[in-house]
Amino acid sequence: MAYKTRTGSLDSYDKGLIELNDDLRKYAFSNIFEVAGNAQPFERVAVVQNLEYVAEVVRSEGESPWYAAPHDEFAIVMDGEVTFHFVKLEDDQVPGHEGGAIRLGAKPNGPNMGRVKARRGHQVLLPQGAAYQLVSAKPSVAILQTVDGPETVKKWDEICVLKGEQA
Amino acid sequence: MSVLDATVKKVGTDESTGYSSFQLGSFTFTRDEYFAHVTWPKGSHIIEIDRFLRAMVRDIGWGFFYGWIFFDDIFGTTNHYGTVDVFAGSYDKGCKDAGIDFLETFKAEAVSEAFETIAKDWISEGYDPLNAPLETGTPIGPKGKERTDPLLRAFIAAERMLGLEGDTPTRSEEAGQKINRAFADLEMDEPEVECEEGFEGQLHAINLFDHIARSDVTWNPSISAVTRANICCVTSEEHMLPVIHGNDRNEWFIQLTDEIHWNIADKNSGAPRGRIVMKAGDVCAMPADIRHQGFAPKRSMLMVMENGTPDLEKRYASGELKPYPVDFG
Repeated sequence: MAYKTRTGSLDSYDKGLIELNDDLRKYAFSNIFEVAGNAQPFERVAVVQNLEYVAEVVRSEGESPWYAAPHDEFAIVMDGEVTFHFVKLEDDQVPGHEGGAIRLGAKPNGPNMGRVKARRGHQVLLPQGAAYQLVSAKPSVAILQTVDGPETVKKWDEICVLKGEQA
Repeated sequence: MSVLDATVKKVGTDESTGYSSFQLGSFTFTRDEYFAHVTWPKGSHIIEIDRFLRAMVRDIGWGFFYGWIFFDDIFGTTNHYGTVDVFAGSYDKGCKDAGIDFLETFKAEAVSEAFETIAKDWISEGYDPLNAPLETGTPIGPKGKERTDPLLRAFIAAERMLGLEGDTPTRSEEAGQKINRAFADLEMDEPEVECEEGFEGQLHAINLFDHIARSDVTWNPSISAVTRANICCVTSEEHMLPVIHGNDRNEWFIQLTDEIHWNIADKNSGAPRGRIVMKAGDVCAMPADIRHQGFAPKRSMLMVMENGTPDLEKRYASGELKPYPVDFG
């Protein structure tokens, strides 16, 4: 028997449904393609929050600002293609804040480490000690595994299903 | 909470089926051709054998996981991270009202040894409870030839990220791990990693979908990436989650492909709250006060975000933390 695997994209996705005799805010049901489609390019919108930890969704379109974090982060590309550029930070350039990505004013002046070109289903290490930039020729979607930080955008009321109806 | 210093004991063998019976504390475990029978001083319970074995091997492989693992509405375990409760009817209103609920606490190693001993005796060649039902034989009938291949497969767990030098490798064709039939239509390619001279090995990427697609087990996660205590688990899910999971913390699901239907119930009483259907790209929290069970009509890919902060379960149990993750303000 041949199987058809269903994936989603910015252009085509189906949301599921949530039918509960409960406060739906407790479940924070959303869809990453819908969130990315309604966001500004490179707006890092939280779709998961586990105390200080978050997963952010970003629509990569054009060139992002440069970011850095005081810990490893990870990106999973879910639609399109994203090229991640990396620059090595000097010790005194590594951000010292508690967690999450911060936006740098410009490309850091350290050495280029290289780049990773990733497509749907690829997971990319955004290593501690490096600054990174996302570049996409066409609108693409990535999930960022990180810590709640200065760049994390929270708009749960806008992105979550709050009424018991077809999501 | 007193912890019993008991270990598993074999208490007999049925000559007609060939299966042995076992005792752990006050619980006795017996099987026949179709069912597992669990008895305790105040009652007894029957569970279809496929479901019982599928639940049992996962409970061991997961290290009793986070919180409550219900084999069904009556029987299960609760992880206290060092000790484990084995319970019958403790979270079922009918058993509670009848006064037949029962719970004993053991050292985790004792429960693990007991379940592994039972599983080895009750599982014969040709049946693997970690496989999807379409990919394995049946456990019903009398005892057959003993299995010689590994019965249990624990989590594949990356320390930092799968595939990094010195870390856990991704699944691969070279290791004999084939793409599952249900993902044969997916186009798989590799990320392009280009390191400048002097930075070799410092940049890293994997095809996560390829890793998931090569899993030969279902409902058995692997840890792919770790940010401090933030754990990204990925898993392939087909047919039904053979346990009902009661959370001791909030966790999150991100549906990567296809769909899973989740039945949601109150954690303590089992009273149904409704259902959630997640399709590719959907994100949903599983609050700390529910139990959930998933059903996947076609093998699908699921990402689970867990917070592995030590003692988190105590902060939820005490009420210090709310049983849901997001403050809408």
